[in-house]
Amino acid sequence: MDRAATAARIAELIEPFNKKGVAISDATTFAGDLEWDSLTVMDFVAAIEDEFDIIISMNQQAEIETYGQLVDAVTKLKG
Amino acid sequence: MTDLFSKFDPLIQQRQALLDTGVEDPFNLVMERVLSPTVAVCNGRETILLGTYNYMGMTFDPDVIAAGKQALDDFGAGTTGSRVLNGTYAGHRLCEDALKEFYGMDHAMVFSTGYQANLGIISTIAGKGDYIVLDIDSHASIWDGCKMGDAEVVPFKHNDIEAMEKRLKRIPEGAGKLVVLEGVYSMLGDIAPLKEMIRIAKENGAMVLVDEAHSMGFIGPNGRGVAEEQGVLDQVDFVIGTFSKSVGTVGGFCVSNHPKFEILRLVCRPYVFTASLPPSVMHTAATSIRKLMHAGDKRAHLWENSRTLHKGLRDKGFQLGTSEPQSAIISVIMPDLERGAAMWEALLHEGLYVNLARPPATPAGMTLLRCSLCAEHSAEQVQAIIGMFERAGKSVGII
Repeated sequence: MDRAATAARIAELIEPFNKKGVAISDATTFAGDLEWDSLTVMDFVAAIEDEFDIIISMNQQAEIETYGQLVDAVTKLKG
Repeated sequence: MTDLFSKFDPLIQQRQALLDTGVEDPFNLVMERVLSPTVAVCNGRETILLGTYNYMGMTFDPDVIAAGKQALDDFGAGTTGSRVLNGTYAGHRLCEDALKEFYGMDHAMVFSTGYQANLGIISTIAGKGDYIVLDIDSHASIWDGCKMGDAEVVPFKHNDIEAMEKRLKRIPEGAGKLVVLEGVYSMLGDIAPLKEMIRIAKENGAMVLVDEAHSMGFIGPNGRGVAEEQGVLDQVDFVIGTFSKSVGTVGGFCVSNHPKFEILRLVCRPYVFTASLPPSVMHTAATSIRKLMHAGDKRAHLWENSRTLHKGLRDKGFQLGTSEPQSAIISVIMPDLERGAAMWEALLHEGLYVNLARPPATPAGMTLLRCSLCAEHSAEQVQAIIGMFERAGKSVGII
């Protein structure tokens, strides 16, 4: 799966959590723009992990603030 | 100058808004006199205690108190030293021997608090490149132990066996793995499916740490906890516990059969770089632990209390954290913080103390009134408690 396909799939996974219908770009932040609390983040991370069969540890999550950073991280973790 | 305290402004405002409603401050209660394990004078009122984790009522046990007094006379008020330097007294060894016997394990290490036991053991044994897989509802001391160490931290959904297994299977080949679980989760009073979880953890090559803080003394045939109850204690690598609940004093511990366990005394910083517990505390704890080995009748009465309160509150229409009583914690779910605080105050005026728990300590943003029962609560007290809940619940409009 290339970056574009990964990005598209992640965007789909964001949708059920995107209650306010915020437009998603690489710069969209989860805490700020999407206003996700820690519980939402946990559910979303679990969905991403299960979809791509990867682990995104808490340590790695701390470095991921935006959609673009998440796409990069998942692309890298998928190898 | 940036005020470093400005990050606390939202909490300061939330707290002020709550106090402005005229409610008694739920986080500023003073126990003026303590009459027994179940009754104290709080803020001027005689109050039944239903939020103290004093499960086995050992705080006023005459043998326990006598042992403490004797140790004060014999060894003084404190050790003024670390366990690895001048802070190991006869009492510390006595206490560790009692723990080894209580759990039937080879090694025991006493920490100054239960918090420090989790902090120390987790941060020390899981290092860089290792993975900690833990339940998302884990206690703050477990999270802080993870944060203090260098391991990769991977949480899974509460008590979700499949979510845990998936994460274990994704960990890179050859990495060290520690699965961290609790016997009883203290917010809702629910227990973990340890039998299945520990089997899966072992199949995937992980070591297992179980925090049994809220089960010691009354869950399991010998009061060793949920792992004993489910027949898997021999599969647990590290049991973490505390003296500040069933044992009735203060302190924390880890017991283990790991052959190299004793090296932790030299490398575990929250053990090394703090003063050891006072001798009086060690002698009270050791005496209490030994008495808990033979407390079958008290255990039975505590379970009876738990069942009675659970059924009584459910019948009155309260929403509870578990559908069946699973521990000595009965958690009553409140609709929001405002009504939770109002209910807490109404109960206090009735003469009942419970814990008000709120986010971030609680799961899923819930406000809870947490009741922890004691083996010394009489059947009459439990009935009185149910009546107090009914009156308070009606006056606040929750039932």
